[in-house]
Amino acid sequence: MTRGARLGLFAVSSAVLAGLVVWGLTGLPAFGDFHGEYGRILNSVAGTERHVTNVVSAVVFDYRGFDTLGEEFILFTAAMGVALLLREARDDRERPRDEVRSDAVRAIGLALVGPTVVLGLYIVAHGYLTPGGGFQGGVALAGGLVLLYVAGRYRSYRAASPHVLVDVAEGVGAGSYVVVGIAALIAGAAYLGNVVDLGTKGTLAAAGTIPVLNAAAGLEVAAALVLLFHEFLEEVMYPDE
Amino acid sequence: MIPLQLVAILLVGLGGLAVVATRDPLRQTLLLGLYGVVLVVLFVVFQAPDVALSELVVSSVAFPFILLAALAKMRGRRRE
Repeated sequence: MTRGARLGLFAVSSAVLAGLVVWGLTGLPAFGDFHGEYGRILNSVAGTERHVTNVVSAVVFDYRGFDTLGEEFILFTAAMGVALLLREARDDRERPRDEVRSDAVRAIGLALVGPTVVLGLYIVAHGYLTPGGGFQGGVALAGGLVLLYVAGRYRSYRAASPHVLVDVAEGVGAGSYVVVGIAALIAGAAYLGNVVDLGTKGTLAAAGTIPVLNAAAGLEVAAALVLLFHEFLEEVMYPDE
Repeated sequence: MIPLQLVAILLVGLGGLAVVATRDPLRQTLLLGLYGVVLVVLFVVFQAPDVALSELVVSSVAFPFILLAALAKMRGRRRE
């Protein structure tokens, strides 16, 4: 195709697309004009019904807890798939030696490991009080561990996260979410129903089963990401044999 | 819409353009991380702190890591 024909095709198709976008935009409700009753109702009842100060966590781990179960297992299955495809029996081999040559990267990276891990734990622990929760905190935790590799050595990164520990943590994280749901069934409520004492709103001892499910999600997400990072790093560290 | 929201939307538009217009995959990965930070600003300005936190950890930790690992692997292969 000549350059002119390509440009012509682009002009026509982008004009059509622009027309569609403008047509769609003019049909939208005014900015900030919110008609979702669900959000309004939840905002007014979640605080008293579930003793949470972060309504999002009540939706994620309670009202829509079953959806989150599905999401957890999407991540679980994805991590398992990557492990199945990429993992080889490599642990008996000599770990490659790698040194970080930049002093700045090493100093800043190592200084950030501790704060990042603490931040991750904080975000997980306060998920139902302030913005955040198991997912965000879990990724931050995994990020703190990766900093060990970025700023330190591959060996110390691997020593801090052995395969056995990561695999077990991922299984326990995903499994305990299911178990909490079954426990609610045994207690006579619906699956994943919030049956535990709701505690005092605004404290760490609040919201019933939400903290448990939140912690389970945090463990699962952190372990799944570390597992993914492991397999990708192995691919980089050991060139094609 | 308050001016801050307009600025945030404008920055997101510019950031997206910058990512698409970059040719070198390594630079593109770094720009994508920065673009994530701009999106975080947008979510904070629109009062969605939970989403902002998710975007922050995914765009600054998880996604660039996977991309960088893939790029490093491809470079190693090309050198052989």
